[in-house]
Amino acid sequence: MSTTATTGAQAHHHAQPRTHTRALSAARTTATAARVLRQLRHDPRTIALMLLVPCLMLVLLRYVFDSSPRTFDNIGASLLGIFPLITMFLVTSIATLRERTSGTLERLLAMPLGKGDLIAGYALAFGSVAIIQSALATGLALWFLGLDVTGSAWLLLLVALLDALLGTALGLFVSAFAASEFQAVQFMPAVIFPQLLLCGLFTARSNMHPVLEAISDVLPMSYAVDGMNQVLRHTDMTTTFVRDVLIVAGCALLVLGLGAATLRRRTV
Amino acid sequence: MHAAGLTVVRGPRTVLRGLGFTVPRGQITGLLGPSGCGKSTLMRAIVGTQAKVSGTLDVLGRPAGHPTLRTRVGYVTQSPSVYDDLTVRQNLDYFAAILDPGRAAAGRRRDDVTRAIADVDLTSHTDALAGNLSGGQRGRVSLAVALLGTPELLVLDEPTVGLDPVLRRDLWNLFHHLAATRGATLLVSSHVMDEAERCHRLLLMREGEILADDTPDALRTRTGADTVEAAFLHLVDEAVAAGRTKESAR
Repeated sequence: MSTTATTGAQAHHHAQPRTHTRALSAARTTATAARVLRQLRHDPRTIALMLLVPCLMLVLLRYVFDSSPRTFDNIGASLLGIFPLITMFLVTSIATLRERTSGTLERLLAMPLGKGDLIAGYALAFGSVAIIQSALATGLALWFLGLDVTGSAWLLLLVALLDALLGTALGLFVSAFAASEFQAVQFMPAVIFPQLLLCGLFTARSNMHPVLEAISDVLPMSYAVDGMNQVLRHTDMTTTFVRDVLIVAGCALLVLGLGAATLRRRTV
Repeated sequence: MHAAGLTVVRGPRTVLRGLGFTVPRGQITGLLGPSGCGKSTLMRAIVGTQAKVSGTLDVLGRPAGHPTLRTRVGYVTQSPSVYDDLTVRQNLDYFAAILDPGRAAAGRRRDDVTRAIADVDLTSHTDALAGNLSGGQRGRVSLAVALLGTPELLVLDEPTVGLDPVLRRDLWNLFHHLAATRGATLLVSSHVMDEAERCHRLLLMREGEILADDTPDALRTRTGADTVEAAFLHLVDEAVAAGRTKESAR
């Protein structure tokens, strides 16, 4: 066997059975997730920041709007969706950037690890951290800060988890375009802030300039916040809520797919 | 391992220019040359992480980068590629789980990890964080990862750089041990010429081309030099002179 084409060895791969690397291997995915969590465990300060900062922000918010509990309800519910997105975005973008720059990514991709295994492993690890974070924040808001929610707290958690996955996906994707940690953190304002301004947190999207409203229609955070507000106001799962959840989940999967495309076994 | 007309382009530069060579199995082949001559690029091409490779490059009977080679080839990059925020054992546990996944293999993996740590003489540092180790120790963790799963081919990019003489000697003993007892093929790069004497065969590289492909003894005899370093310099002078005559003939 030899390779003669300018595309290199790839040309012959299709003829060979891919015995060693399947698209997704449960054992390799869980091993990756366990490794990411183990790394995190050696860094208790990051864990504390991830879990406590959202709670502190909610407490702060509660007393900022001390005289208008309705406003706290609106903004508090939206923030329960936004916190996991932002935290997971930051953590994932830095973690995968480190993986790219430390050479461990190159090493892993020279091993029988599927790109899907790596991405699913990260999503699994940070997703479980997000569940704890959201459970703490939601519990605190509902039972101690008097956040008044009409719908089920489980639906709030579901949206929060999907938002965390979206954050993980976005972080993974942008880390491919960052050459350093400095650039990676700068992607936060670039990717997250516009969505924050346009998602309906500060004013209803229908009150915005039509152009901005149209832009906000295609930004996933708008649906994350809208989903939270649906739970806030309605006892049952509304069709709008289902639409919101599907859009956020769909965006997360789409961006995870784009993230997978940025992982290359062969690099220049 | 066999290469013919192997060319690699990186951006506007052609880093490897039509290389042809054969690396025999079960031996240590040294890849020597000044830094920037294309050693690392050649190694990346061999393990299948280099893009824009053309020509023929067969590794263990398969084209380089073939999926079935991923468990058969161990690769150590120049800078240690391990997780600084994991202990030595946790690093190896993870990479072992990628090479040999599943619950059923847990016992085999544990033995493999313990053996790899012992191979690089880090048993006393098993539970230390990789980030707290010295540069040389981190390099050995990286090497231990490549030893997992008993690979048939080990591609080591400057594994002894920055190590003290005792450790260098120990590592070279390990390389010879791997070749002799496990039948492994080793390709070891270095820009330190005195390491060349420890190899069975040598590939001397300069500016993306192979200057010589021979045993250390044959190289010294052919050039009439006492050391491989002198032989290399002799060959470089020859190549430069040949380049000049070619240019003046034009």
